[in-house]
Amino acid sequence: MPTLNDYKGQRPAWCPGCGNFSILRAFNEAMVELGIEPHQFVIVSGIGQAGKFPHYTRCNTFNGLHGRTLPVATGIKLANHELIVFAVAGDGDCYGEGGNHLIHAIRRNIDIKLFVHNNQIYGLTKGQASPTTMKGVVTKTQPFGVLSEQFNPLALAIALNCSFVARGFAGDIEHLKGLLKEAVNHKGFSLIDILQPCVSFNKINTFEWYRERVYKLPDDYNPEDRFLAFQKSLEWDGGIPIGVIYKTKRPTLEEQIPVIKDLPLVKQGFDINRIESILYNFY
Amino acid sequence: MDYTIKVGGEAGQGIQTIGDTLAHIFAKAGYHVFTNQDYESRIRGGHNFYQIRISHKPVTASRSSVHILVALDRESITKHEKELTPDGQVLYDSQMIMEKIEKPNFLDLPLLEFALKYGGSKVMSNTVAIGAVLGMLRMDPTIMYQTIENNFKKKGDAVIRANIECAKAGYEFANKECLMCSFTLLPFDRPKMIISGNEAIGAGAIASGLKFYSAYPMTPSTGIFNFITEYAKDYGIIVEQAEDEISAINMIIGASFAGVRAMTGTSGGGFALMVEGVSLSAMTETPIVIVLAQRPGPATGLPTRTEQADLLFALYAGHGEFPKVIFAPGSPEQAFYLTNKAFDLAEKYQITAIILTDQYLADSQWSYEGFDLGKIKYIDYRLREERLKKIKNYKRHAFTETGVSPLAIPGQSENLVVTDSDEHDEEGHITEEALIRIKMVEKRLFKKIPLIKKEIAPPLIYGDKNPEIVLICWGSMFGIVKEVVDELINKYKLAMIHFSEIYPFSEDTRWIELLKRSKKLINIEQNATSQFAKLIKMETGIHIENHINRFDGRPFTFDELLERVYANIK
Repeated sequence: MPTLNDYKGQRPAWCPGCGNFSILRAFNEAMVELGIEPHQFVIVSGIGQAGKFPHYTRCNTFNGLHGRTLPVATGIKLANHELIVFAVAGDGDCYGEGGNHLIHAIRRNIDIKLFVHNNQIYGLTKGQASPTTMKGVVTKTQPFGVLSEQFNPLALAIALNCSFVARGFAGDIEHLKGLLKEAVNHKGFSLIDILQPCVSFNKINTFEWYRERVYKLPDDYNPEDRFLAFQKSLEWDGGIPIGVIYKTKRPTLEEQIPVIKDLPLVKQGFDINRIESILYNFY
Repeated sequence: MDYTIKVGGEAGQGIQTIGDTLAHIFAKAGYHVFTNQDYESRIRGGHNFYQIRISHKPVTASRSSVHILVALDRESITKHEKELTPDGQVLYDSQMIMEKIEKPNFLDLPLLEFALKYGGSKVMSNTVAIGAVLGMLRMDPTIMYQTIENNFKKKGDAVIRANIECAKAGYEFANKECLMCSFTLLPFDRPKMIISGNEAIGAGAIASGLKFYSAYPMTPSTGIFNFITEYAKDYGIIVEQAEDEISAINMIIGASFAGVRAMTGTSGGGFALMVEGVSLSAMTETPIVIVLAQRPGPATGLPTRTEQADLLFALYAGHGEFPKVIFAPGSPEQAFYLTNKAFDLAEKYQITAIILTDQYLADSQWSYEGFDLGKIKYIDYRLREERLKKIKNYKRHAFTETGVSPLAIPGQSENLVVTDSDEHDEEGHITEEALIRIKMVEKRLFKKIPLIKKEIAPPLIYGDKNPEIVLICWGSMFGIVKEVVDELINKYKLAMIHFSEIYPFSEDTRWIELLKRSKKLINIEQNATSQFAKLIKMETGIHIENHINRFDGRPFTFDELLERVYANIK
């Protein structure tokens, strides 16, 4: 069985007090508790502070380009669906640069677990607005305050009938760990939007700010009710719900591809002699 | 024997069906065939044509003069009547074009009426036309009946019978009524295969162990997508239509990272979106193959036409400095083998290999005796399963003598496979250490490039061994320039030098000596700025004075090119 020691990675280059540390701890503990070995999964990440995540744990890693985590993760999952595939990205990465890929990954329902470190700001480039920055927030590049509507990832995901939609909070590690474990056990595309305070560049949405607003969904909440879930996803100003907001059973993309019904693509051999019949068709 | 048949009409009238079927019948009869298509970017209407050249000798380009013109609309007559040879004939249906043309070489055949009478459906006018062309040629119709049977196998006996009746009616009518038809065909020979550039790339990819293809449809590359999809189930290939070209290239990089051979295909506009992925493939040393089927730009340009104007774009595609391989096949045969070589080199050196074609090559069909599967190279360079399990302390980007690090598959052993788009250390973790950076650049670039160069074949030299005049060309110009050389070889000391493995340049530099020795160099390109000549100058210092360019989106015709070569020689 793996222990936390197996998940000791590189020394993080995050700011002291960063919300990412809690996400890292929750992730490592979740893996240990689920008995998953580092080589049994791959993390695809993008650019930004969240993009460095896989280096700070231990795992197969593809740290690719900004916004492109989901296409790379899709390619990996289709080539080897026996691997557990995580995608880790920030709000700028996944909701800004890679927004189109998010929509289509949800549509495909490929079994990827996407964790978005949502700090409502661009940290790595030092404090510009992200798609989830609240309307009116003034930054160096939004001098009149953010003029666009705040992006609502959960409402979007529910609208697309995403098979698992949750929100976590970096300030509640135990709860977050529970969500991560649930996502691993869920079959289908899973989005966990994780509220993650940026201690350096977001002076509004701080640990304090979130603590005052987040509340856990009650035990009798039914995440399979799509209309209710949509309503929940719209809550923000009067309190921010965390937990599994919506889930549904949908066939995954990889289950529907006959070519990989019996064996992952990567394990299938190649026999050049079979090519002759293709050439025969040209006569 | 050297005949050209042209089928013209509006989009949606079935020009391609008639053209494809005829081409296959001729190839099956053992004739050499070359076809090319000219179509507009629309689903219905406009003016399109399909041209087929048949001969008893190998043919590698089309000719401007037409022996049989099948005109499905009035515009085909207006536009192409002047292309007819003295013995040229026009096949048309006066009811269809609503005009009776009283000229001795016009055969008015009631295509629509026959289709209804013998087949019960207007759609079968195409089959009547196919029969009529064979009747005009007085060719034995047996192979035509076999082909029809084969084409409609899935649709059942009734459809087969109806089509055969239609073909027969067209055949007999033309055979009897075309009094002016005086074509003589040579006897049948061994059946030839007939294959287009796009199909050859698709077949070459499958023959190279392709397992994953992702793309966004874009003319003229879509034929590759369709071809691979057709065979995907039988050959264990996953085909995924991406939401955009950025996704397509990132998906194939993901699939390749996970351990399978992967490819994408697009045209210039889509490739522009893929460029960041080319750079990602380089930094993560993930092998991929990209087909860039060129069409005229900038921007949307002429979507269904041809140009060779993305060479320098492909050459420089991707920020940063890294090696890549670019091939530009000149024929479907070259496309088949070079696609295989692209897969082999991409995986061997963990780089991007680009196959540069264009609409002209993509859609043209050539005939061959056959392809030799013995020439296909398949070596699995990846570290997998039992061999991987024995390895301790695996490092994805380990420094090695050759610069090539072992390419392990994630998840098949306890070894972790780590890579990063950031500069990274041997294990694949992010680093900003100057010394590691220098060693990584040396590994990716300086160590690999000399080895890659050794793999590249020199250009093909065709014609006089000690030429005074050299025609320089690359990619799809091969066939037409070769025919120009064949025409002029008895009059001049002349040769063609054709590049299909265009970057990096081969280590074998005998061709450079040849260029230096010749009196006149004439560069021929389907673009406005002679991009390949610039590349030659950059790599060798040789300046080429004479240029023949065409950039109206239409391929060179034989007569035009011949005239322009003459103009340069005199």
